[in-house]
Amino acid sequence: MKILAIDTATDACSAALLIDEQVHCEFALAPRQHTQLILAQIEKVLAEAGMSLQDMDAVAFGRGPGAFTGLRIAAGVTQGLSLAADIPALAVSSLAAMAQAAYHEYQIKKAYVGLDARMQQVYWGEYQIQAGIAVLQGKEQVIAPEDLPPKNSTGFVGVGSAWQVYADSLHPHIQAESHSTLQAIYPSAEYIARLAVKEYKSQQYLYSSEIQPVYLRNKVAQTLIERAKV
Amino acid sequence: MKILGIETSCDETGIAIYDTEQGLLADALYSQVKLHAKYGGVVPELASRDHIRKISPLIKSVTQQANLGLSDLDGIAYTSGPGLIGALMVGASLGRSLAWGLNIPALAVHHMEGHLLAPMLEDNPPKFPFIALLVSGGHTLLVSVKAIGSYKILGESLDDAAGEAFDKTAKMLGLAYPGGPILAALAQKGDPDVYHFPRPMINRPGLDFSFSGLKTYALTTWQKSTQTDTDRANIARAFQDAIVDTLFLKCRRALKQTGHQRLVIAGGVGANSALREKLQQLNAEIFFPRLAFCTDNGAMIAYAGAMRLYAGQQEEAVIQTRPRWSLEDLVVPSCQKERG
Repeated sequence: MKILAIDTATDACSAALLIDEQVHCEFALAPRQHTQLILAQIEKVLAEAGMSLQDMDAVAFGRGPGAFTGLRIAAGVTQGLSLAADIPALAVSSLAAMAQAAYHEYQIKKAYVGLDARMQQVYWGEYQIQAGIAVLQGKEQVIAPEDLPPKNSTGFVGVGSAWQVYADSLHPHIQAESHSTLQAIYPSAEYIARLAVKEYKSQQYLYSSEIQPVYLRNKVAQTLIERAKV
Repeated sequence: MKILGIETSCDETGIAIYDTEQGLLADALYSQVKLHAKYGGVVPELASRDHIRKISPLIKSVTQQANLGLSDLDGIAYTSGPGLIGALMVGASLGRSLAWGLNIPALAVHHMEGHLLAPMLEDNPPKFPFIALLVSGGHTLLVSVKAIGSYKILGESLDDAAGEAFDKTAKMLGLAYPGGPILAALAQKGDPDVYHFPRPMINRPGLDFSFSGLKTYALTTWQKSTQTDTDRANIARAFQDAIVDTLFLKCRRALKQTGHQRLVIAGGVGANSALREKLQQLNAEIFFPRLAFCTDNGAMIAYAGAMRLYAGQQEEAVIQTRPRWSLEDLVVPSCQKERG
């Protein structure tokens, strides 16, 4: 199985190539540089394996949540690659990719993953590792940190930038350890690729306009009628 | 050379295929105007979200229209700017990576170059040099065009673009969105002799424009009026006459100043029939693109990109978006290939 994966959901930008169990990833923390970097990263991971896009079985992308423009870069590039090589696309959650990273790199099996969503909100998901895979418990959501229901389960760890930015609003009611290393975990194409294996095996193939970001924040403007009511 | 053109700079997804041998092969457009109407203007984030939903199906539809496969394409041209950054990003990301995946060249096209070359898609295209009047919701520019890529801006709007002034005035008069074309239609019913609006900046030398004062003038006139439908139509008429006259006078001045014999009109306001009629009075050959190519479209981007790719222009595998980008920063494509 050969999967090319990309992620541009946050300040991080990455491309990875998965061949069976092996993953090679190009990763950079590069705010606003995604457009400059992503195709070069893709070229590099393919060239190192001596492969071309046409050798791939699928292309996976970090579908969000994350920065809107970044999500559309990933979705746009993925639509382009999927069309060009006539291969399916696979959508993977950026929060799941963070939980998967925390498991692979720090053996964390229960994670409250939070990304700073700006506007005093977080993108939030709870994950547990089952059979080596980060599995979402409940739903992903965009929510003010103080509005999250209290959590008293033991053994959970806080992962992602939300734990740095909103520590004061999270810690009173969300019981979880967190430290700076875990707060610095970004979504990476390496874990997009690893999680995409399951999507590929279960044939969750996407084509053309099905290749879309998941923004979570869907109310982005007020209509004339709504403004008139204020 | 068969070139796919991608336009996503504002609120229209335009896709087309232009062939340097056979001309325009296919053209498709999806307009988001209904989506933005209930917000009273273009919401950039919603525009971007709609582009990424519509773009791939439109690409499939134009290739089918042209009876081609993607592997038959020789290059991809995408609008790189100016425009809304998020919207541009959609076309640029998809276009550049599609070209990369197909192993064909891609070209980042200047949206306004697309507009000013749009009359080249017609049966009777203008010869160089010419003056181009680019009038849309985002721009009002007078450009001297010596060749593809050789542009000198002679004048531009110091405040509102002409189309923007139309839209804002329409809104003040209580017309629906997008108001510009509605105001223009209403103006046809108005009496030209009831009100007379000033022609901004015509008594000053130079070719710059200023339309924001006219908008205020229209508002005060409306407030002082009895605010009947007739008043509204008469004000629309006076407002449109002032804009059309000003554009006419500046075009005449630009032709005189440069000695050029030809005038090209492009951009959404170029669809305005009063403007089209008035400009016929100029002592020059006048060229308009067809109405569908006055507003944003993929065909003009495919054409502009095709001319540059045909001349051998090359770009690296980088997704390029330039929300602010002057026409004067463009270069003449070098190493012109032999035809055939």
